[in-house]
Amino acid sequence: MNNEPSATNTRQTRTIGRDLIGIGAIIIVAVVGYLLFPDNLALLTRIIAIALLVLSLDLVTGYCGIATLGHAALFGSGAYAAGIAAAHYGITSPLLMTLAGILGGALAGLICGVIILRAHGLPQLVLSISLIYLFHEFANKASSWTGGSDGLSGISPDPLFGRFEFDLWGQTAYVFGVVLLLAVFVLLRFLVRSPFGMLCRGIKEDPLRIMAMGASPKIALIKMYVISGAVAGVGGALNAISTQVVGLDSLSFTQSAEALVMLVLGGTGSLFGALMGTVVFMLFEDYVSAANPFHWLTMVGVLLIAVVLFAPKGLYGTAAGFIASRLEKHI
Amino acid sequence: MSAVLEVLNLKKAFSGLTVTDDVSLSMTPGDRVALIGPNGAGKTTFVNLVTGNLRPDSGEVRLNGEAVTKIDAIGRVRRGLVRSFQVTRLFQEMTPAEHIALAILQRDGRAGKMFGNFLSMPDVMDEASALLAKLGLHDLMHRKVSEIAYGQQRLLEIAMALALKPKVLLLDEPAAGVPQSDTGRIEQALADLPSDLAVLMIEHDMDLVFRFAKRVIVLAAGTIIFDGSPADVTKDAAVREAYLGSYANASHAV
Ligand SMILES: Nc1ncnc2c1ncn2[C@@H]1O[C@H](COP(=O)(O)OP(=O)(O)O)[C@@H](O)[C@H]1O
Ligand SMILES: [Mg+2]
Repeated sequence: MNNEPSATNTRQTRTIGRDLIGIGAIIIVAVVGYLLFPDNLALLTRIIAIALLVLSLDLVTGYCGIATLGHAALFGSGAYAAGIAAAHYGITSPLLMTLAGILGGALAGLICGVIILRAHGLPQLVLSISLIYLFHEFANKASSWTGGSDGLSGISPDPLFGRFEFDLWGQTAYVFGVVLLLAVFVLLRFLVRSPFGMLCRGIKEDPLRIMAMGASPKIALIKMYVISGAVAGVGGALNAISTQVVGLDSLSFTQSAEALVMLVLGGTGSLFGALMGTVVFMLFEDYVSAANPFHWLTMVGVLLIAVVLFAPKGLYGTAAGFIASRLEKHI
Repeated sequence: MSAVLEVLNLKKAFSGLTVTDDVSLSMTPGDRVALIGPNGAGKTTFVNLVTGNLRPDSGEVRLNGEAVTKIDAIGRVRRGLVRSFQVTRLFQEMTPAEHIALAILQRDGRAGKMFGNFLSMPDVMDEASALLAKLGLHDLMHRKVSEIAYGQQRLLEIAMALALKPKVLLLDEPAAGVPQSDTGRIEQALADLPSDLAVLMIEHDMDLVFRFAKRVIVLAAGTIIFDGSPADVTKDAAVREAYLGSYANASHAV
């Protein structure tokens, strides 16, 4: 019993160390991206927005085991909420627009959660697909609010803190995005190892066992869906602020399915995996679609098959497992 | 002493086949009851009816005098009725420390907290370490469950139930699947259960039953055919008959 406090302390130091490494890695990647693609900050900002969507998906799929192919409903709702706030209500402060995105995403998360969690397995997947089509169709029909298939335009965010314009160069949007991502990342690191995060991991493995402990899986999962919606909503708002339009594609089945592909590519159940999957997928897609406009989809397909067959835990999961086994050998 | 658990005329049939047939029993704090009976007698079904995992066709369950028949399984756990499972149900990716911490936090209404880590909650860690130490699991507390032996997993299953501080504990074959060499530890854990806790244990190992129970209930074909002292159970003609009748298809003998 004597050595137990120290064992516990090392475990804590290790997790905090991993947090700091994570924050450092995000900053380094962000700076390198800025230096490598100074003319393509719009792409980098879009990667951040989608990374927030994939993180959000990881919360419900990776950490809670919920199957969904409709997660862009949360992202798109955040984007429309921020866009409508600016275009129709004159709420053009970027911070308030982000808040509108968070609220819109959280509300969509609540709606989707309540519906999707009524089923399990394949019926759950079908429900999620139906939901994304309904959201899409609703946004299409409500064109006086959303601009329908033309997209929602007329979004012109104020300069951030009254000083930094969201201009064509996209520097402000990029830095704003990086800061949002860092903030979300830190909050989620807290969340996933909190008692609530532990409860959700338990639910993923055996909901009946959790009930035998007196906890309600349903309530916990709906809470997680709302949180997930808020995170996706940040991404949606960032997209609306940086591109100054919101299109129906942000609320599409394709976007939902791509998000799931990115998550599986990086590795489910880890925040690093979600980030890595997004960056690799989107850079790869951007690169091959420019290099070979005719066969790029084939190449994306081949990449995915290779990862699923040879690195089933995803890029991050496989790499982390490899490094961990190496470390164990040396100790 | 007043009853902590009362079961009145419980009935359950699965598609015509009556599996629980008018079962009644009452337990007071500190009771040590063994529920035995041939395979398929309806023991697990009875536990599921009491916990609320199954809905009875008729009859009533009362906890501390309150009728809980219409209250779901979660509500009954919160009222102090806790069970363990015949086949271990643990979270393979989690550690024993996490299992116990989660149970403690849930018991105290803190499992929904979104900040903080149980590793830095001294009250939770102290209680978890003490409980795990008592069951000899202390050195494994930070290992993944998938890496520890089955006998230890059974002990963890008991520890989890205890961490919820139940008033009534239903143990479904706590020693099932544990190698003979490891049952001593489980027996010790059973002997150390809080003295004011009412315990009902389903078990096939008769040595364990005789050392643990002060009262034995025999279930056969869904009805109670014996309810009395361990000394009398082996002498009872109906009990012998029930077991003899099941020798043909039972994999165990008494
Ligand atoms: N969910 C169910 N549906 C149909 N039959 C069941 C179900 N659960 C149990 N049974 C039947 O009820 C009888 C009693 O089962 P059980 O309670 O598991 O017995 P025991 O625990 O005493 O071995 C068995 O014949 C079993 O096949
Ligand atoms: Mg059984």
